[in-house]
Amino acid sequence: MLGQILYAVPFLAQGFAITLWVSLLVVVLSLIAGVALGVGLVYGPAPLRWAVRIFSDTIRGIPILVLMFFVYYGLPAAGLHLQSFWAAVLALTLFKTAQVVEYVRGAVGSIPKGQSEAAMAIGLTFRQRLTSVIFPQAFRRFLPPWINGVTDAVKGSALVSLLGITDLMQAINQVIGRTYEAMPLYILGALIYFAVNYALSYASRRLERRFAFIRD
Amino acid sequence: MGYALNFNLIWRHFDKLWGGLLLSLELAMISIAIGTVIGLVLAVWYVSAGRVVRAIIAAYVEFIRNVPLILLVYLVFYGLPTVIDLAYNAQTSFVATLSLYSGAYLVEVFRSGLEAVPRGQLDAGKAIGLTPWQRLIHVRLPTMLRITLPALSNTFISLFKDTSIASVISVPELTFGAQWINFNTFRIVEVYLVTTAMYLVTGYILLFGLRLIERRFRAAR
Repeated sequence: MLGQILYAVPFLAQGFAITLWVSLLVVVLSLIAGVALGVGLVYGPAPLRWAVRIFSDTIRGIPILVLMFFVYYGLPAAGLHLQSFWAAVLALTLFKTAQVVEYVRGAVGSIPKGQSEAAMAIGLTFRQRLTSVIFPQAFRRFLPPWINGVTDAVKGSALVSLLGITDLMQAINQVIGRTYEAMPLYILGALIYFAVNYALSYASRRLERRFAFIRD
Repeated sequence: MGYALNFNLIWRHFDKLWGGLLLSLELAMISIAIGTVIGLVLAVWYVSAGRVVRAIIAAYVEFIRNVPLILLVYLVFYGLPTVIDLAYNAQTSFVATLSLYSGAYLVEVFRSGLEAVPRGQLDAGKAIGLTPWQRLIHVRLPTMLRITLPALSNTFISLFKDTSIASVISVPELTFGAQWINFNTFRIVEVYLVTTAMYLVTGYILLFGLRLIERRFRAAR
């Protein structure tokens, strides 16, 4: 049994690399899109605010799995042919973006209005107000929930296995298909996911403490 | 080439979606009921227990929270029966998994709720001569439940969405119904539009209803 599992280690490692790659892509892409849309939600004109609100409430209201199948099977019908890998990344990114939008809204919304008004009074432009006044303060409110959410991205990435992408989850299922050692392999997989996510949530707790000295 | 929407086949097989939705709700309700019991017992135990018990409960919570739900579902359905002599169907297996899953999240919710019960209430309970057990039943738990109600209803709504994972072990809930129609009729866009709408509408009805209940039982400030 142990021999068979050791034999599968390089294969599992490849799957693990895909898991990390998918998670990284989703985290980075959703951060960019989410911050842009989040700023749009707070400061944008009414039509943009409405569009972002509807986007976020819709995406967060449905299971990731449904969103993933929708994107994967639905995009070709709309004339867009993506590889399953990119369809999966797109779906997970859409989901994560909606979360990031809410973190941004919460963080930026928590900055007292007086800060904006003071910045306006000393003649800062909109961009200067954002980059020199609002963002530096909102950042510490944004960071803890966002890092917590990174573990969700790693866990969510396991769903890409359902689109036939050989991530860690799929690699485990395939090794079980060959060796019939279901329990040891699922436990091994759980421990790997646990190690990654526990390290991330440990880092998030550390960061939270690091920023805890700033009070208002 | 354009894609012409045609919902006829969706309505013809709508029973798959409707039955699936009801099953999703049922799975979520049973799971949160069992999960609440697990969460309550472990939370009450945790706050009064010694180091070892605390470490075990914390390990359970951290393990569940840091592992993908889909892996837990596979582990319980495909993995466990290979090492223990138990036979169960996919639905039971999923309910067991989701109960353990929600239990882990609810331990944290209830634990912080118990800590939020004002000290004065417990002292007042002691002052009128209630035993520790009576204080727990009549003072701590009711107050804690009021405090944690919003978190409890959020957990319920996210469990409702998590039931879609049951489709991977062929439990015929809403997502499974959608996939069935997808593969058998190829009205892909239509079926996922309808499914999305069903999840959204149900989710928002639940949210609205639970907010009403919350307002009724809101903790006195």
